[in-house]
Amino acid sequence: MSGSLVGQRILRKEDHRYITGKGRYTDDIQQVGMTYGCFVRSPYARADIKGFDVSQALEMEDVISVLTGLDVAADGLGGLPCGWMIHSKDGSEMRQPVHPVMAAERVNYLGEPVALVVAETKEAAKNAAELVLVDYEELTPVVDVASAAQGEQLYAEVPNNTCYEWGLGDEAATDEGFASAAHVTHIELTNNRLIPNAIEPRAALAEYNSGTDEIVLHTTSQNPHLVRLILTAFVQIAPEHKLRVIAPDVGGGFGSKIFIYSEETALAWASKKLGLSIKWTAERSESFLTDAHGRDHVTKAALAMDSEGQFLAFKVSTTANMGAYLSTFASSVPTYLYGTLLAGQYRTPAIYVEVNSVFTNTAPVDAYRGAGRPEATYLVERIVEKAAGEIGLNPAELRRRNFIGKDQFPYQTPVALEYDIGDYEASLDKALEMASYETFEQRRVEALARGKLRGIGLSCYIEACGLAPSQVAGALGAGVGLWESGEVRVNPTGSVTVLTGSHSHGQGHETTFAQLVADRLGLAIEDVEVVHGDTGKLDFGLGTYGSRSLAVGGSALSVAADKVVEKGRKIAALLLNTEVDNIAFDAPVYKMMDSNETKTFQEIAFAAYVNHDWPSDNLEPGLAEKAFYDPLNFTYPAGTHICEVEIDPDTGVTEIVQFVAVDDFGTIINPMIVEGQVHGGLAQGIGQALLEQAVYDESGQLVTGSYMDYCMPRADNFPDFKVGMTCTPCTHNPVGAKGCGEAGAIGSPPAVMNAVINALGGVEIDMPATPEKVWRAVLSSQAQKIA
Amino acid sequence: MYSFKMERAESLTSALERFGDSDDAVYLAGGHTLIPAMKQRLRAPEDVIDLSGIPGLRDILVTQDGIEIGAMATHAAVAGSAHVKTHIPVLADLAGGIGDRQVRNRGTIGGSIANNDPAADYPAAVLGLDARIVTDRRTIASGDFFKAMFETALEPDEIIRAIQFPKIERAAYLKFPNPASRYAMVGVLIACISDEVRIAITGAAPSVFRAADFEVALSESFSESSISELTLPSDTMNDDIHASADYRAHLCKVLIGRGVQMLSDH
Repeated sequence: MSGSLVGQRILRKEDHRYITGKGRYTDDIQQVGMTYGCFVRSPYARADIKGFDVSQALEMEDVISVLTGLDVAADGLGGLPCGWMIHSKDGSEMRQPVHPVMAAERVNYLGEPVALVVAETKEAAKNAAELVLVDYEELTPVVDVASAAQGEQLYAEVPNNTCYEWGLGDEAATDEGFASAAHVTHIELTNNRLIPNAIEPRAALAEYNSGTDEIVLHTTSQNPHLVRLILTAFVQIAPEHKLRVIAPDVGGGFGSKIFIYSEETALAWASKKLGLSIKWTAERSESFLTDAHGRDHVTKAALAMDSEGQFLAFKVSTTANMGAYLSTFASSVPTYLYGTLLAGQYRTPAIYVEVNSVFTNTAPVDAYRGAGRPEATYLVERIVEKAAGEIGLNPAELRRRNFIGKDQFPYQTPVALEYDIGDYEASLDKALEMASYETFEQRRVEALARGKLRGIGLSCYIEACGLAPSQVAGALGAGVGLWESGEVRVNPTGSVTVLTGSHSHGQGHETTFAQLVADRLGLAIEDVEVVHGDTGKLDFGLGTYGSRSLAVGGSALSVAADKVVEKGRKIAALLLNTEVDNIAFDAPVYKMMDSNETKTFQEIAFAAYVNHDWPSDNLEPGLAEKAFYDPLNFTYPAGTHICEVEIDPDTGVTEIVQFVAVDDFGTIINPMIVEGQVHGGLAQGIGQALLEQAVYDESGQLVTGSYMDYCMPRADNFPDFKVGMTCTPCTHNPVGAKGCGEAGAIGSPPAVMNAVINALGGVEIDMPATPEKVWRAVLSSQAQKIA
Repeated sequence: MYSFKMERAESLTSALERFGDSDDAVYLAGGHTLIPAMKQRLRAPEDVIDLSGIPGLRDILVTQDGIEIGAMATHAAVAGSAHVKTHIPVLADLAGGIGDRQVRNRGTIGGSIANNDPAADYPAAVLGLDARIVTDRRTIASGDFFKAMFETALEPDEIIRAIQFPKIERAAYLKFPNPASRYAMVGVLIACISDEVRIAITGAAPSVFRAADFEVALSESFSESSISELTLPSDTMNDDIHASADYRAHLCKVLIGRGVQMLSDH
C-alpha cells in the first residue's frame, strides 16, 4: 500500500444520501404509465390447483391483465434453477423438483405465487387479486424437518423427500479415531430457522420498450448480473443483451437478495408479454412468507478425544431443510459451506460428515448471513465447550491444546480446505484479556448474591470467505466460477470512476473501494466514484455474498489499479522521453529515476486523452484498465468471541452483560466500517441465539408471520460490544483482506449459548434461549442438584 | 387498506349522529389498533369518525377526589402530566411504558380501554386502580367495564368521555413484555388503597382480571410470605409460542411478589 488512506476511519460517502432521504430505491422509481402488480398467493402449505377463475378480477375497473401459472406454463418458461449441483454419496445427482415461476397445478408452500394481477393502480391490483378464484384441494403437508424423509412423498421424482444424501471426509479413519478414544462427547442440537428481514422489502420494476425490444428490470438484488444470466439463459425471458438489470440503492439483503425469485421473474416476463412498465413492492407480510429463510438444521454429532483432550475424530450427521423448492444456492449451504468448516480452528485429524437435505412444505431455505458456516461453528463450538466440561478442563485450555499452531500454515484440513494463515492463540489471548476471563468466578459469586445466575461462554470460530476460487468451486459443483470484475477508469482531469461487479446494499463499498483505489493512486477519496449494480454499465460480475466483496472484488480493483499505474509509467516515459524502466510511481507522482523531472498523476491522465503523438506499436491512448480476479483460495477470517450472561432464575430472562469479539480479518481498509459490520453481525447472531425463530404450525401456516410474533432484535437487547482485532494478512490476494461481513453472525451464537448453558450448570437447551425455555432449564437444573 | 370515508367530528353530538347515520362506522381515537387492522384488510369500515377534533376530550384535570383524564389524552400526555405524576405516579409510569415514542404520541387512553386488547397496559390500571369510565351517557365502574377479549360494556355507538382515577400513591405496575411485540405478556398492577390491596393482571388471560386470593392475603398482611403458598390457575391463561399458560401463571406470581417487595421498600 502506497498511500495514507488505508486503515483510516473515513466517514461513509454514501451516508449523506441515505440519511437525507436522497437514496433511490426500486420503489422510489416512477415511470410514466407505470402499472402495478399484485400477486395471488397460496393460502395453503400444500394443495392441488383444480382451476382458476379470473373473470371477476378482469371485470374490475383499472385492471389490465391477470396472468396465472397456466400462462407461465403455456409460454414455456423454464423453472427457477439451483446453481449448485450436489452429488449424493452414491454418486447420483441431487433431486431438483421443478420450481415454477408461478404454480399451475400444485402449490407447495404457504404464500407461493399462483397469479399476477396487473392494474393501473396499486389498490385496483390488490382488490382484484382478492377476486381471483383459485380452486384448491388441500393436501397433507410435510412441515417438520426431522421427520420429513418419512412424510408423504411431495414430488414424484424425489423419493423420501430427500434432495441428496451427501458425505464428506474419511469415515473409516474417523471410526478408528473413535475406537481409540479415551472420551467421547455426544451432542444433539437444532439450528433454528430464521427469516432474513432486510429493512427494504423485495421490489421490482420491469419496463419493456417495444422500440428496442429491451426489458429494463430494476430490482432489489445483491447480484444483478446473476439475475440477468438466469432470467435469460435458464428461464428464457429474453436474450441476454435485451435484458438490463439494475439494482439501485438496496436496503440490506443478508443473503436473501442473492436469489432469483418468482416475483421479479414474473414481472420481467409480464412486462414484455403485456408491453408495460410494471412495479411490485413486497409488503412486509410477503417478505415473511417468501424471502428465502435461513438455517434449519437438526444434528447429531460426537467428538472423540484421547486422555489429554487431544481431538481424535469428529463425526456429524445433519438433516437440513431445503423448504419446498431448491432456491438458487440452497444445495451448497449445508454441504460445501458447512461440512468443510467442521475442522474449525483445530487439528482434528479425522472428520466425517453426512448431510441429508430434505424438502418440506415451507418457504425455500437458502444462504443467510454466514450460510452454513454459522451452523458449522455452532456445532463445533458447542461440542468443544461441552467436551471441556465433561473432561474437567478449562474450555480455553482445551481449545488451545487443539489449535492449529501459527507455524503450521498452510494447513490442510480433513474436510477439503487448506487454511492459508491464522493465529488463533493471538485472538484467544486478546479476547480472554478483554473479557477479564481470569476474574469471572468473582463476578459469578457477586451475581449469585444478587440472585442472578452468571455464565460465560467461548466461541473460537473460523469461516471460509472470499467465494471462491473458480476451479475449486467448479470441482465442488458450482454452476459458475466465482471471480469478480473491476475497472479503474481514469477521467481526463484525473478523477477516477471505479466500476465493480460487487454490489453494495449497505456495506459501504462506495467508501471502502474508493479508499482502496484512492490510496493506491495517491488521490483524495472525493476524487473516486464507485459505480455498481447495473448490467448496462458494468462488465459481468458475480455480486456480493459470502464476505467476498473486498477480498475478491477489491482484489480485482487492486489489480486494475496496478495496471493503471503501469500504463501511466509508459505514458510518463513517452512524455519525459525516457525508458519505462526509468519511471517510478510514488503516488501520486511519476518520477524519472535518473533526474528530478516528474509528472503528476493528473498530468498523465490528461495526456492519456489529449496527447496527439502515440507510438502506434505499443501504446494506446486512454487510461482505463479492467481486471477479472479469480481468487487462489478461500480466505479464512477467524477469531474468538466471549459472551457473559446473567439469568434471572425466577423469570428465565437472559441478559447479555458483556460481549467481546476479537476478529482477524487480515488487512483492514476502514476500521469504522468493519466494526459496523461486526456489530450488525453480532446483532443477528445474538438474535438467533436468544430471540429469533421462524415457526410453522402442523398445517404449514407461518405462526411468526409478523413482528408481533417474530422477535427481531432491538438495540436494548445488546450491551456495548467490545470489539478487538488481530491481523494476519491474507497470503494470496493483493489486498490482504479476508472479509468481515458474516463473522459476527457466525461466531456469536455458540458464545451466547455456551454462556447460557454455563449459567444453567450444564443443562442444554436449543436456540433461541427464550425466557420460558431458560426458566424450565433452571427448574431442571435445580431438580438435578436436589437429586 | 380498502377505501373508506373519513370525517372529523366537532362535538360528541355530531359524532353520535354520524355514527347513527352510517351502516358501518367506527370511531377513530388514536388508531393504533384500528389503522393496522385496516391496513391488513382485517377491518373495512365504510365510515371512520375521527374524535380528535372534539373540544375538551384531552383535558387532564384534578378533581375533588382524583384525576379525570380525557379519553383522547395521549399516552405521552398522561406520562408527562404533572398532575398524574404527583397524585397517581404509577399511572404516569404505566403510560410511559406503552409501546414506543411514536405510539405514545398518537395512542389514547380512551382508545386503548375501548379496544380492550388482552395485552394492553391501561386495562390493568383502570381495573387495578378502580377507575370509573364516564361516557356520553353514563358512568361505568371498572369492574363492570371489561367483558372479554376485545369486548367491553360499551354500546356500539357509545363514546368514552373521560376516565376518573382516584389519587393513589402506593401502587406499582410490573410488566413482562412479549419479547417480539413488547406488549404485556404479563402485566401486574398492584395498588394499596387504604387497607385494601387490589391486583389487576393484563396480558396473561383473554381479558384483564383481578387476583382475588392474592388481594385477600395481601390485604391481611402485606408481605411476600403471605402469598408464598398461593398460585394462579393456569387453565384460564393464554398459551402461545412465546409463553405457555403455566409459565404465564408463574410469571404473574413472580411479578406480584416483586410488586409487594417494591411497595414494601417504598
